[in-house]
Amino acid sequence: MTTPAKLSLWSVVRHILLVAGAVVMLLPFVWMISTASKPPSEVFSSELHLIPHQFALWENLQTAFAKANLWRFLLNGVMVTVSIFVLQVLVALPAAYALAKLRFIGRNALFALVLFGILIPPQATAIPVFLLLHKLGVLDSYAALVLPFTISVFGIFLMRQFFRNVPDDLVDAARMDGISEFGIVWRVMLPAAIPAVTAFGIFSVVAHWNDYFWPLIVLNSEHLRTPPLAVAHFRNAEAGTNYGALMAAAMVIIAPLLVAFLLAQRRFVEGIALTGIK
Amino acid sequence: MSDNVATIGGVTVRLPVPATAQRRGRLSLTPYGLVAPALTLMLIMLLGPLAGVIALSFTDYQLGAPSLSWIGLANYHEMFGDRVFWTSLRNTLVYVGIVVPGAVTTGLAIALLIQSGTSLRSLYRTIYFLPVMATLIAMAVVWEFMLHPQFGLVNGVLREIGIAGPSWLQDRSTALYALCAIGIWQAAGFNMVLFLAGLVSIPKQLYEAAEIDGAASAWARFRLVTWPLLRPVTTFVVVISGIRSFQVFDTVHVLTKGGPSKSTEVLIHSMYTEGFEFFRSGYGAALTVVFLTFILLLTLIKSRLADRGVQYA
Repeated sequence: MTTPAKLSLWSVVRHILLVAGAVVMLLPFVWMISTASKPPSEVFSSELHLIPHQFALWENLQTAFAKANLWRFLLNGVMVTVSIFVLQVLVALPAAYALAKLRFIGRNALFALVLFGILIPPQATAIPVFLLLHKLGVLDSYAALVLPFTISVFGIFLMRQFFRNVPDDLVDAARMDGISEFGIVWRVMLPAAIPAVTAFGIFSVVAHWNDYFWPLIVLNSEHLRTPPLAVAHFRNAEAGTNYGALMAAAMVIIAPLLVAFLLAQRRFVEGIALTGIK
Repeated sequence: MSDNVATIGGVTVRLPVPATAQRRGRLSLTPYGLVAPALTLMLIMLLGPLAGVIALSFTDYQLGAPSLSWIGLANYHEMFGDRVFWTSLRNTLVYVGIVVPGAVTTGLAIALLIQSGTSLRSLYRTIYFLPVMATLIAMAVVWEFMLHPQFGLVNGVLREIGIAGPSWLQDRSTALYALCAIGIWQAAGFNMVLFLAGLVSIPKQLYEAAEIDGAASAWARFRLVTWPLLRPVTTFVVVISGIRSFQVFDTVHVLTKGGPSKSTEVLIHSMYTEGFEFFRSGYGAALTVVFLTFILLLTLIKSRLADRGVQYA
């Protein structure tokens, strides 16, 4: 029998364990902020302390922004992730609608291709796609960062599953009103699918904001760097000499997503959990 | 996957079956117009390159070379005769072998702990999920500093209790394990979310029934109800974690570059070095094919398990 005493004892144990785990999870974040707030003399000291004796966050941020064009890199990140997402939706939604609501010869074959495509990891196609972009002469450009990701088979799959549950009456009513099939996609299906599009958007933006592999491969120019690439270059230039500024730069790079996450946690968790389907 | 079933976070849910729609003749060409952009891009960016990578692995193509010739299995011969390849494969398997059980058990433990009470659930979930959201490259740099032999937090704490810590990432006997630790730290929260979704879908009545049948302790209820019902989700999470850890690259590239003395060389990093630093596209493609084979194996396991069906109703 579970008694109240036993219950409250368990609830104490539960909190102790969860808090202990949470400390481990948060430690890198806390240490990052702590180091970003210390002057070099305290960073290079074997004495451990969390709260800096002399608060130097502002100086470290200034150094970080002076040594690397962080605003530019953040802007690159926003431009690339937003372009990818918008193009993915433009390409995926009509296809998802056709797969969900229209009958045509080859539909099942196409859907099978979509399911197959989901299984292909991005690293697998990297060499041929790189050679293709090289042939097209678009390496080291925004196009090289965006083009390979304009097709999201996962997005097509997700939207198709969602569209199947949109009532046919809604589609038929729109047809009665003389709206074209193309119009139906954007004027009927898109508004009905906003929750799914949002979840997919979060999934897509997080994945591409954090992506390191592809930008590393196709970029050379400094001014095109995305945030992860910027941190890696900053680290190669500064590690061993200026940890305070490096940690400040890392803070700046992860801040946009973390702030967005803290503001809309439930949606983010849902959006990222979608990767589980992949 | 059948039409009216969706899998969300490893949990199969039955969706309402849509009414069969009547379609008219005038629509005949429209569907093709709607799918044309997606199909074209799929062929150019996904399926074509997939076929391309397999074909390339049988050639000696190097980026910028004027021509290429068919060399059969020569790349594979070279690969299987190369000690670096075997080191890289072994390291990848060690990494997967540590990170998968590590991240799955911690993810499961966190999910069970969170779900076993009612207070502060969403706060804990948020905290444990933070590492999943944070740009891995930035956090890898933070970990590097935490593991700094002299000024790092980890060795600082070890010093306090009288242990001289190693130079984690610069020591060939610890570097791979340090990367595994970062991998587990990052993946645990992701697995937690998948397990939470699975736990929520277990009907409460089953616990009540188990209790009436004499499953008095929490452990008995876990063994009789939670674990059997969570098994499909667990296998699913194991496969997903396996696929994700096979792709390990970011932390390796920014922290160790495969070193010291190849002790952290992994498959995708070898592929990157051969394909994009030495521009030996053919050889890089052969490495990719090995990687793909493993991913395919894991995927096959996943679909086998999915076919067996996951039923909660």
